[in-house]
Amino acid sequence: MHPALQGLVTIIIGVGGCVGYFVLSNYLLDRFLLPARAMTADETASRRRIGLIAFFAVPALLVAGLVVMYGDLLSAGGIFRLIVGALVILGLWRLTGFIFAEGPLTAGHNISHANMIRPWLFLFPAILALGLYLTYPVFETLRLSFTQRIPGGYEFVGTANYQQMMSEPKFWEAMRNNMMWLVIVPAMSTVMGLIVAQLTDRISWGNIAKMLIFMPMAISFVGASVIFKLIYDTRPIDQEQIGVLNAIYLSLGGSEPQQWLTLPIWNNFLLMVVLIWIQTGFAMVILSAALRGIPEETVEAAIVDGANPFQIFFKIKVPQIMPTIVVVWTTITLTVLKVFDIVFAMTNGQWGTQVLANYMYNKLFTANDWGVGSAAAMVIMILVSPILIWNVRNARKEMK
Amino acid sequence: MAGLKLTNIAKSYGDVDVLKDINLEIDAGELIVFVGPSGCGKSTLLRMIAGLEKITAGELQIDGRVVNDVPPAQREIAMVFQSYALYPHMTVYDNMAFALKLAKMTKAEIDAAVMKASDILQLTPYLDRLPKALSGGQRQRVAIGRCIVRDPKVFLFDEPLSNLDAALRVATRLEIAQLKESMPDRTMIYVTHDQVEAMTLASRIVVLADKGISQVGSPLDLYERPQNEFVAQFIGSPAMNLFPGKIVGTGEQTTIELEGSHGTVVSAYPSQDGDMGAQVNIGIRPEDMQLSDDTSGFNGVVNVQENLGEVTLLFFTPDTKEAEPVIAKLPGIHRGLKGQTLHMTAEPQKVHVFMNGKSLLYR
Repeated sequence: MHPALQGLVTIIIGVGGCVGYFVLSNYLLDRFLLPARAMTADETASRRRIGLIAFFAVPALLVAGLVVMYGDLLSAGGIFRLIVGALVILGLWRLTGFIFAEGPLTAGHNISHANMIRPWLFLFPAILALGLYLTYPVFETLRLSFTQRIPGGYEFVGTANYQQMMSEPKFWEAMRNNMMWLVIVPAMSTVMGLIVAQLTDRISWGNIAKMLIFMPMAISFVGASVIFKLIYDTRPIDQEQIGVLNAIYLSLGGSEPQQWLTLPIWNNFLLMVVLIWIQTGFAMVILSAALRGIPEETVEAAIVDGANPFQIFFKIKVPQIMPTIVVVWTTITLTVLKVFDIVFAMTNGQWGTQVLANYMYNKLFTANDWGVGSAAAMVIMILVSPILIWNVRNARKEMK
Repeated sequence: MAGLKLTNIAKSYGDVDVLKDINLEIDAGELIVFVGPSGCGKSTLLRMIAGLEKITAGELQIDGRVVNDVPPAQREIAMVFQSYALYPHMTVYDNMAFALKLAKMTKAEIDAAVMKASDILQLTPYLDRLPKALSGGQRQRVAIGRCIVRDPKVFLFDEPLSNLDAALRVATRLEIAQLKESMPDRTMIYVTHDQVEAMTLASRIVVLADKGISQVGSPLDLYERPQNEFVAQFIGSPAMNLFPGKIVGTGEQTTIELEGSHGTVVSAYPSQDGDMGAQVNIGIRPEDMQLSDDTSGFNGVVNVQENLGEVTLLFFTPDTKEAEPVIAKLPGIHRGLKGQTLHMTAEPQKVHVFMNGKSLLYR
């Protein structure tokens, strides 16, 4: 089959599956589980019998079949699965009284109970997918970070991976660089985004300027890296420079073209420029919307009170959008902590530009050291978590 | 001591004229109210005085100084905005102190000014609160306090009561009246669309309509001697009745023959001989209509009767169907008038005559 056709079929199956799931599950709920009508005691009793069989007997048979075929309940994984199964059964059992209540029921009882179950029908696929692709990997990575590969499997090594990582200078270089990224990129992006948002607010070609500044958001990190690699490009002194930076440097009286990406410390900042270039657009869009949300009358009141444009900006506007600034700042911080593509595409961590995500990648996929790679991943997660929680809280507070 | 003088002030946005030829002199210590229907430009005029809108043409003087190009802060004015425009991130104290801090006053001076204002406005217990923790009336008072601390020569109020509920509105109206009394030498300009606010607060009312000033005068002036049909109908509730008619008798008093089934009325307005036969509108306020046995005045059948207790409103239509209902406001309670044929008259002094929309009194 043609790949495009395959893709189309996949989309149809996926979308159809989603629609089918939502329609069918709601249909079952409203038609059989909790129909919107009054029920007699006889009816509820028979419904309870049939319902319990469907609830427990059918899944039980399925699971029993799987156990017979793939046995081995006494290993660690088997016990884990038994516990999960027991919890599911316990949960369903606690639900039976809720769904299959006995005695005569009113239509109102059924409708209100159905409406309490319905949100979970809609949430279930998301919970399942997120659990499978996000929650489970976190725990699996945690487990892997305490193991090392031996021929034919894994062995538990305690904190050896972490100790090895701590003793590597490359790790500490990555930590140091990450901290630098963490301080500089969100600050520069937010400040520049704020300045651009304010400056483009009142001018006639402001929207065009905003569009141009926002456009890097549409470019992938790798694409941006390629662009900036050309900007930082170096040619021997006797040749025409194609890198803009060297061209400027030479025209300003520089003696010879510099290999910018190999200059220690400075090359870090040159890499950060790429991310700032991308994230400024994001900060600008959000902050521009926030600035427009400021009541015009408070600005006018400040004018009457005698504030000059700087005072209006710093004492009236910025404090009023502070919650948004915090959300923008923390969101960019999260991106920065995970920064990988730019470093990978431009220096691959050489010349003192290593960052944690690239360090993890090198360990995991280049050196094939899954243990240390997972340990690095855990470090990144531990660094991200508090900022993530803070970010979500701020975003929620702002939504209120 | 600051009077204002507006000379030929005009405002236009591109080709659209909003206001033109506004001429107005405001004496120091007056409380002037701008009223007018929505979109008549009353807020725009106030904002031009404040310096928030550019004056397209004309000259604005405050205290004898032309301020067309003077920034708002140096006009010695203060403004209360419709939505109060409190700074949401500052406490009540900081809201009031903001202008003073910008003016680089000392801490002690600021403290004294804020304390004095918060004392007057009973805001002292709330000085540490943020605006969001205040009730509507309290926010309103903070907005006024922010003006008081600056001790401006002119106070500007842009519909300050429109966001308050009815009871609070009456109370705050009284507070503003008292505030004015406590500062007799300060000029206040107050914009509203509520004629009750205008009538109760103003020393003079400026009625704005159709891009210009319709009439300037004391509240009772406007009520008793409206210059034109617009002012006549704008002031007073329910609005003044207007009837088309023809002048049939001129002189010290004017006799008008009304159209439809109504008879004739006599107005105390004088007219000239040349007016004989001219088409005019006469205006009579609902409260000036009186029940009578005389069938030569207004005759009609009561369609709707509204009993308000203190007064009774009658909507009655003359026999000809297309005519507008006439409204009469009778004091006290009148039962069972609905469906009856009534005869009404009005005293000559209460009958206003308008020719081409203008009152005969003012020509």
